Amino acid sequence: MPLSSYLILGAILFALSVVGIFLNRKNVVILLMAIELNLLAVNMNFVAFSRFLGDSAGQVFVFFILTVAAAEAAIGLAILITVFRNRRTINVDDLDTLKG
Amino acid sequence: MTFDQIVFYFFAGVLVFAATMVITIRNPVKAALFLVLAFFSAAGLWMLLEAEFLAIVLVLVYVGAVMVLFLFVVMMLDINLARLREGFGEYLPIGGLVAVLMVIEMALILSDGFGAGRVLVPHPTDYSNTRELGRMLYTVYAYPFEIAAAILLAAIVAAITLTLRRRPETKYQNPALQVRVQRSERVRLVKMKSEKKN
Repeated sequence: MPLSSYLILGAILFALSVVGIFLNRKNVVILLMAIELNLLAVNMNFVAFSRFLGDSAGQVFVFFILTVAAAEAAIGLAILITVFRNRRTINVDDLDTLKG
Repeated sequence: MTFDQIVFYFFAGVLVFAATMVITIRNPVKAALFLVLAFFSAAGLWMLLEAEFLAIVLVLVYVGAVMVLFLFVVMMLDINLARLREGFGEYLPIGGLVAVLMVIEMALILSDGFGAGRVLVPHPTDYSNTRELGRMLYTVYAYPFEIAAAILLAAIVAAITLTLRRRPETKYQNPALQVRVQRSERVRLVKMKSEKKN
């Protein structure tokens, strides 16, 4: 398969993630999942380019992206749990106590 | 269609289908499971690209740890699904339009230049993705590796601090206070008259 196939696939995944954020503005859990899809699209691009151009730096960077994505998912879910303990809701509309 | 192409289109099709299901399905548990399927398909595609170490790491770390964490949290939260779907249909046309435009723009840019028409030259049979990544990671990229470890430590501390609940009646020691204690808090000299035995 040529390189462009993998890049188009990465583009489609990225667009799906953006649409996911559009559509699920109210559900924080699905938002976090759309962000994970976003990172998957970027990783796909990195791995494809690294393979086709023969530079392993892309794959090393995917390593670090996976690390940071795992850390971010953990902290995001910890925040979600803490918010849910206090507010009993994960609807974004109900998280408005900082509003002036 | 070579076998290579068939496998690519199969995995890519499953990946796009699973990603679409993640963002459209109503139930967050099913969405998390479809995300697991998406990661498995992506791992299959990376195997095609001879990045087998990253594919296994994706399955072990992302699916095995992060997605299991997602499933834990999603199943713990009591979610009122009806309200969460408000505004779904309202923004679907504009969201779909934005997505299609983005894909078309990216495809136009990528189809010209960047050598996007290259085909895969297979590696020699003694190529090991693990060895290659290890060689780069511990020599050239050792400093970012250590920073990644520090980031993970920060994430651990943050996640525990956010969610730790302490029960007020449990007894525990506080070594900081123990070390800071003063003599005057522990010993009190009282002057007393000596008693006479009669």
